[in-house]
Amino acid sequence: MRFAVYLIKKLIITIFLLLGITFITFSLTRALPGDPALALVGQRASPDVIAAIRKQIGADRPFIVQYLDYVKLLSRGQMGRSYSTRKEVLDEIKTKFPNTLKLALAAMLLSVPFGAGLGFWAAIKRGTRTDTLLSSISIVGISVPVFFSGILLMLLVSLRLKLLPPSGTGGLRFLLLPAVTLALPSAATLARVARTMVLDIMDMPFVKTARAKGIGEWRVNAVHILRNALIPIVTVMGLDFGSYLNGAVLTETIFGWDGIGRYAVDGIMRRDYPVVLGTILVGTAVFIIVNMVVDIAYHALDPRVRVFNKK
Amino acid sequence: MALKGKVSGIVLILIMALSVLAPLFYPHSPSRVDLNSLKEAPSFLTGHILGTDQEGRDILARLLAGGKVSIGVSFLAAFFAMTVGLSVGLVSGYFGGKVDVALMAAVDLILAFPSLLLAIGVSVVLPPGTLTVMLAIASVGWASFARLVRGHVLSVREAQFVDAARAIGASGPRILWAHILPQCIPLALTLMAVKLGGYIITEASLSFLGLGAQPPNATWGAMISQGIAYIYAAPWIAVLPGLAIALTAFCFNVLGEALADSGYDLKTGKF
Repeated sequence: MRFAVYLIKKLIITIFLLLGITFITFSLTRALPGDPALALVGQRASPDVIAAIRKQIGADRPFIVQYLDYVKLLSRGQMGRSYSTRKEVLDEIKTKFPNTLKLALAAMLLSVPFGAGLGFWAAIKRGTRTDTLLSSISIVGISVPVFFSGILLMLLVSLRLKLLPPSGTGGLRFLLLPAVTLALPSAATLARVARTMVLDIMDMPFVKTARAKGIGEWRVNAVHILRNALIPIVTVMGLDFGSYLNGAVLTETIFGWDGIGRYAVDGIMRRDYPVVLGTILVGTAVFIIVNMVVDIAYHALDPRVRVFNKK
Repeated sequence: MALKGKVSGIVLILIMALSVLAPLFYPHSPSRVDLNSLKEAPSFLTGHILGTDQEGRDILARLLAGGKVSIGVSFLAAFFAMTVGLSVGLVSGYFGGKVDVALMAAVDLILAFPSLLLAIGVSVVLPPGTLTVMLAIASVGWASFARLVRGHVLSVREAQFVDAARAIGASGPRILWAHILPQCIPLALTLMAVKLGGYIITEASLSFLGLGAQPPNATWGAMISQGIAYIYAAPWIAVLPGLAIALTAFCFNVLGEALADSGYDLKTGKF
């Protein structure tokens, strides 16, 4: 019951937030210096043609009318047609979004165990050479931009060793390189966070108690330390989801992965407003939903946090 | 400060000095096209120590010129972000109440949004160029400064020396300016050092997407995106600027971490 109330509250807030975001994005796109009609037909088209196109895409009417029309369109479950391809934006997003999701999930699947594992390892070896080495590796991980590590991987694995295709969208063979690329910086971030968290928990009295009771080192590490370190790690994963969206924009561009990140960048470059609006709306919605799921996961992991039982 | 922090600092100073002074000692120009030496591999024999790119331009000269842009833009962006964030954080933390709630809501919204998309959005609205990249980075970056400074102000404004200042009749603005601000500056500077590594990467990403300084100006990100087409035949064109970005960001990150370890704790704002 309380859970239902929590969900409904969140849902209402989310709708308002999304409306706000659409309004901001909408104003931004209308403030763009480029003219979409010009971008469609080129500089040399006759003024009549340009005026006709402006009328066709509705760019000749007042801003607020355009915005209300867009909201009306959204309420009917549509996002309009792309200016340049004339395809329904929603249909395009429906086919591209699963690709981005696949990429993000694959990256997460790689980065979470690796990141958390390395951070944990560094923490229990605190102050040793292993710790220094692992910490240096994680700083390298956050210092290398994805568009560079992606190119290096492509050069090595696809072009020299010819193991995997360099670019394209498809099954596991295509997925592997972009997923590894996207996973690298987030694994590094996660390793740093996990190390700090584990160090904090290692000094807590309940860990000392566990040791004093004569519990084996392995059990202390796995049950007492790791389990408690998971909670902050989950939060960071949720907050880090934004960085997956960031990374996806670049990774998809390099590897020719047909996801919404590349779609968004293409849309921005071509001044294709419906595409820009649609992708940003979907991206934000996903981000909000992920953080909601994190809130709920929190509750499952740590009964002390009662997100939706608060009065 | 730890040794690795000092070493990184020295490497960074070296990179910056070389970038700025390049025209004085390095014979090749970053923008001179030479059709007789296209895509030459790095070699000491040809005079192009790090080779040439697809238009025969000297890569080392372009790396140094690009370094000036990339590091300069990141520094100015960080300075902008810090100034705005510091002001917002001071006001928000000191006055509290509705102002605080409204400002922190804006901060949360910005921190929650995928920062690169936001920066791309800003750089598309403004005409592409170095100023745009700077504004794009700063318009996202101020939020973390504001959040950190606000937290610190909350604890500092309860300190005894602030009570003492109030007791002798100092006005609100005077307390903020003369007593609280100086307490926040080392903290903000430390966060600036921590953030610079990330700003270098954001600057490179925006340039990589073609939103940064426009040709013929060299930037590290743009050099990579132009080099991708020749990645198999002449990998050094894309790989060398990538290494430059990674090295610079690495040094900034190590330096930032060393500063944070030796001075303020960025989470609690205490020594």
